[in-house]
Amino acid sequence: MARTIQSLERAAAMLRLLAGGERRLGLSDISSSLGLAKGTAHGILRTLQQEGFVEQDPASGRYQLGAELLRLGNSYLDVHELRARALVWTDDLARSSGESVYLGVLHQQGVLIVHHVFRPDDSRQVLEVGAMQPLHSTALGKVLSAYDPVAHSEAVEAEREAFTPRTLTAAADFEAVLDLTRARGWAADVEETWEGVASVAAPIHDRRRMPVGAVGVTGAVERVCREGELRPEIVAAVRDCARAVSRDLGAGRF
Amino acid sequence: MSDTPSTSSHGHGPFIAAIDQGTTSSRCIVFDRDGRIVAVDQKEHEQIFPKPGWVEHDAAEIWTNVQQVVEGALEKAAQSNPGLTSADVKAIGITNQRETTLLWDRNTGEPVHNAIVWQDTRTDALCRELGRNVGQDRFRRETGLPLASYFAGPKIRWLLDNVEGLRERAERGEILFGTMDSWVIWNLTGGVNGGRHVTDVTNASRTMLMNLHTLQWDEKILASMDIPAAVLPEIRSSAEVYGTTAAGVLEGVPVASALGDQQAALFGQTCFDQGEAKSTYGTGTFMLMNTGHQPVNSYNGLLTTVGYRIGDERPVYALEGSIAVTGSLVQWMRDQMGLINSAAEIETLASTVDDNGGAYFVPAFSGLFAPYWRSDARGVIAGLTRYVTKAHIARAVLEATAWQTREITDAMTKDSGVDLAALKVDGGMTSNNLLMQTISDFLDAPVVRPMVAETTCLGAAYAAGLAVGFWSSTDELRANWRRAAEWTPRMDAATRDREYKNWLKAVERTMGWLDDES
Repeated sequence: MARTIQSLERAAAMLRLLAGGERRLGLSDISSSLGLAKGTAHGILRTLQQEGFVEQDPASGRYQLGAELLRLGNSYLDVHELRARALVWTDDLARSSGESVYLGVLHQQGVLIVHHVFRPDDSRQVLEVGAMQPLHSTALGKVLSAYDPVAHSEAVEAEREAFTPRTLTAAADFEAVLDLTRARGWAADVEETWEGVASVAAPIHDRRRMPVGAVGVTGAVERVCREGELRPEIVAAVRDCARAVSRDLGAGRF
Repeated sequence: MSDTPSTSSHGHGPFIAAIDQGTTSSRCIVFDRDGRIVAVDQKEHEQIFPKPGWVEHDAAEIWTNVQQVVEGALEKAAQSNPGLTSADVKAIGITNQRETTLLWDRNTGEPVHNAIVWQDTRTDALCRELGRNVGQDRFRRETGLPLASYFAGPKIRWLLDNVEGLRERAERGEILFGTMDSWVIWNLTGGVNGGRHVTDVTNASRTMLMNLHTLQWDEKILASMDIPAAVLPEIRSSAEVYGTTAAGVLEGVPVASALGDQQAALFGQTCFDQGEAKSTYGTGTFMLMNTGHQPVNSYNGLLTTVGYRIGDERPVYALEGSIAVTGSLVQWMRDQMGLINSAAEIETLASTVDDNGGAYFVPAFSGLFAPYWRSDARGVIAGLTRYVTKAHIARAVLEATAWQTREITDAMTKDSGVDLAALKVDGGMTSNNLLMQTISDFLDAPVVRPMVAETTCLGAAYAAGLAVGFWSSTDELRANWRRAAEWTPRMDAATRDREYKNWLKAVERTMGWLDDES
């Protein structure tokens, strides 16, 4: 049998002890029932407390199970919650960029559009909520593949279709783009999915720094790029929006 | 805040500030020329419940909060605009919780009692008494309103009757009445040192004391309610300079608009043409339709109210219908039923099924409001079978809001003779995509969400900006309006008609639940 880590075993025992009824236990109860020195028990409890798995009642000093444990089993962020939190910021992104805004999450082997803000020019547009986009060629998909390991394996295992001559289909090229995405914090798609269309996207994180979605703008390549380069003010606006939504979800400043 | 100079003028002066003195909080938002938000500050105030059914606010606390949020918003605006001064703010607009009633001493500036909030029902019995042999509609022809406890007139009467010595002081001219717009404007423009005692036509139209046709206080109603004219503010238009700010960070800035919150949203949604309507989906829902320059009498349970008046232009009237329980039904599903963890999850749950499974939910928690007005009704979930799951109920919850919207638009069409071309929506529930699609399906009309969600503050800012020439015309404001999303009907007529029939059957089942109406 492989070697086990004693302090993890002890931490697990503590959690079981605290879970054994609706009770709070003091340090001496915990240390004596597990046969540990008080100092050892205290060190483990403090670590668990820091991770949110245990909470200490400020009045009595007794310990109980922490809220983080409950969240572990229920960690999925509702996409409609994500849309509600993103509403104000995505409106603002559409106005400042002059382009349409999409919010996407990983769904099966692609990007599910969960929110769409029209380009602010009063032209006829159709709401694309519920549509699917490919993971490997769109800016939203690249961001998800770069930050979410599940998305990454979906994108790597799937056949990467060449939608245009500019679509990256080779595994090494795709991985290099994901490295670049992680390094600079955003991804682009310049005519890799649709001819004449360019997009820029950045990741949204929740309070545990988990990647929960991507937000980006999409528009005519002539407007999104200037002299063959993506316009830096659009990149900045997309990243600001992603940060603002992340902050609303409780992610720290980064 | 992002600073992207080459994509827009966002974040650069000059600006308009809007104060929204709301039911739960006071806010200040600074807008730029494109109608975009530059900075926001907000502070909640205490809800005081002295007895069941009574709701009060401390007006002194509210005035302190208003000053703080104005300072806070200016400070935040200065972070993205270094060197910003009061000279960069061209005007201040006011929007407010409607009907909430305050009396204060003109010499000390002290309120004589807490403000009585619109939801407060202490004037129920008084309203019945005021109806005499005529009933609820005794003053409807003049004011457009039924005798109900919301409106300010009876609340003034209650204060005069119940605060010792107040009537004598009021008759001596020592006491001023105002809704929250008047209180904020009076204080902003100097308070005891020459503060302007004014209100605007939209707020005055919610007192039950103003004649809708003359836009003046109605002497007969004042006599019937026994309210001395000396306490009343001067009725002004919604967009004109009432005075300038006397002190604080915005000293010297013109105070240039006042609009009740729902009317401000109508203005912010740029519903400037007859037949244009907006619906604000929050805890409850308020829908207003522009009916042009004539007040339209309602025979279908709606209110007739002033929409807005710009300077000395002709007034614009509106029909108003409200739904008592919309967002609060979703909260009930979360808090009382525990079927969802957050309000947004209602859409997730509802989306797991394709239809309501035959279930209909009529949330007549405290009776049926417009267009039925049946206080003997109580909530019903109808059409239950073994097949129905919690997801079907979630769907029925969303459909309830959509059907009630349909009932109000039908009433508006009947009263005004104008068909609804499209519905402009705002408020928290507009983030619910399924709900917006369902409303479009049930109305058989497009539902449109604008890009700025804060239409209430925006409306006040627009009116103030028009008054000082910051914006030239309502056409320019219309050009600022941006569509963020649009839902178009996808339901076939046969399905819609069949479902509507079922809904109406369910509504029928709610009526007469309470035996004796006491």
